[in-house]
Amino acid sequence: MNIPAADEMSCQELVELVTDYLEDALAAPVRGRFEAHLHRCEGCRTYIEQVRTTIRLTGEVEPASLSPEACETLLRAFRTWKVEGGRGTP
Amino acid sequence: MNDTVATAVESDVDLVAALRRGEERAFLQLVGRYQPSMLRLSMTLVRSQAVAEEVVQEAWLGVLQGIDRFEGRSSLKTWIFRIVTNIAISKAERERRSVPFSSLDAGDRPAVDPTRFRKPPDPYSGGWLFAPRDWSAVPEDRLLSRETLRCVAAAIGALPPNQRAVVTLHDVEGLTSEEICSLLSISQTNQRVLLHRARSRVRAALERYLESGQ
Repeated sequence: MNIPAADEMSCQELVELVTDYLEDALAAPVRGRFEAHLHRCEGCRTYIEQVRTTIRLTGEVEPASLSPEACETLLRAFRTWKVEGGRGTP
Repeated sequence: MNDTVATAVESDVDLVAALRRGEERAFLQLVGRYQPSMLRLSMTLVRSQAVAEEVVQEAWLGVLQGIDRFEGRSSLKTWIFRIVTNIAISKAERERRSVPFSSLDAGDRPAVDPTRFRKPPDPYSGGWLFAPRDWSAVPEDRLLSRETLRCVAAAIGALPPNQRAVVTLHDVEGLTSEEICSLLSISQTNQRVLLHRARSRVRAALERYLESGQ
């Protein structure tokens, strides 16, 4: 293990750039330093995998649902709209 | 398998046309398709479930009243989301709880607890002292368990509203950054900062959850 050079990105810096990296918003030179760090740092590769897992699980969160009363109100509103607009067969 | 495979899913374009003709089944299908997302979006913008439901109700009225003017230049989802956002923000303002979406509260916590990193004069200063653990060892059914997802939902719920809105729209609803910036009137940079803070906090909550009791 070599002592990191002054211009090398540290792990602590890298974790703050992960979203920009994943969203492809890093400027090319920074992206280069980012990927160079990632190449040699298992901890940061693991960290990025954790963030990817977090994003995946966020996408799995169940949506809230409307109360039955709210659905009833919606349907009434639709029927009123339909009649007032003279749409479809009465 | 199930029926949904055999049944052709009607496109938004077809449903909009049917809705304009006043077909109730088209309305119900659209409600089924978009209502969960609308409610989720609404709940990121106002405080209570009750107000969020009111917003969704009003938004559907807005959809019905505006459907003849919908030109399909944006996707139906984006068009509906804009109606929801406008109603929610005006309601929140009336309740004096408006969320300044553009504001980035200064001094937000770093993505990872600083005590996890080495400090000077350590030559590896800024490097991991307590490296993250590999979650690929966590069984998939534990990751996707109701308890884990509840932890994720709670972490999202605990975020500041602007972070919650951005992460919900981006990582749950799958909107593009451009759509989110336009909906919430924020810059790309702001959007990414908010997304970053939100994801970082949710990751940290997930880490605490998954690595406790092991």
